[in-house]
Amino acid sequence: MTLLVNGVRREVTDGLTVAALVAELAIRGRVAVELNGEVLRQAQHPEVHLRDGDALEVVTFVGGGA
Amino acid sequence: MDDALVIAGKRFGSRLLIGTGKYPSHEVMKRCHEASGAEIVTVAVRRLDLNAKGEASLLHWIDTRRVTLLPNTALCYTADDAVRTCRLAAELGMSRWVKLEVLGDERTLFPDVEQTVTAARTLVKEGFTVLPYTSDDPVTARKLEDAGCAAVMPLAAPIGSGLGIRNPHNIRLIRETVKVPVIVDAGVGTASDVAIAMELGCDGVLLNTAVAGAKDPVGMAQAMKLAVEAGRLAFLSGRIPRKAYGSASSPIEGLVD
Repeated sequence: MTLLVNGVRREVTDGLTVAALVAELAIRGRVAVELNGEVLRQAQHPEVHLRDGDALEVVTFVGGGA
Repeated sequence: MDDALVIAGKRFGSRLLIGTGKYPSHEVMKRCHEASGAEIVTVAVRRLDLNAKGEASLLHWIDTRRVTLLPNTALCYTADDAVRTCRLAAELGMSRWVKLEVLGDERTLFPDVEQTVTAARTLVKEGFTVLPYTSDDPVTARKLEDAGCAAVMPLAAPIGSGLGIRNPHNIRLIRETVKVPVIVDAGVGTASDVAIAMELGCDGVLLNTAVAGAKDPVGMAQAMKLAVEAGRLAFLSGRIPRKAYGSASSPIEGLVD
């Protein structure tokens, strides 16, 4: 199935959970995830199974002041 | 002397708040943070760069046991985007404190105060501790306080401009208008700008570019620390009134003939 992750199309295995996707992205450190415009709680990451066409925003802290 | 900065019941020994953007390197940023003595550090929330695998996270360079993280909503232009960013920041799990920033103009980066007040109301209802960036307008500052913000953060000058405090009179009026801490946020260029903010009675100063962009960022961070302390002490000590003419401090009597 195809997801849109941070604006980029990505092919993944069907039924992947959000937690599994985050693991696949090989991210170091904590991230927050928005699925189709809704912010997910960390506890939901292992529970939510993704569907074809889902759009995700995966964010983290970066340097910034104002 | 106990002169802590208290925001939403939390006490801070330093009245300087510092950002994490535009430093020459993470190492320099870490040394600047140490030199500044700041106990509140702002960070931005952004899309993860999916190509930068294995790159150490920003938090690796911030002593989160010592400082309070203040995620910002930098470059949000609507209340909805700012609220969304705050919710994501909360899920990053470090704090529910946010630096609310809703901009209204791309050239000057001036705030959209109407959207800022709208976002503040929503965020306060959701349990966030909200520190909003705002214009140097006492009426907006009062609206933000009424909305439940934990502080108000008027600009000295446009973000990153280094122009210093453009309207000291308004900053003083804001200090007189609200009870919550007033933190000058954005636009300071050097130590004297920071000292002036504190001499006006402000409770703190938030800055980033003035340090990160200095020729010697670590030196400037220390200068800002000293300026905050000097300005605060001068404010508490009470300056002399301004006079139009000279007034010698040596006695007039007893001059030798």
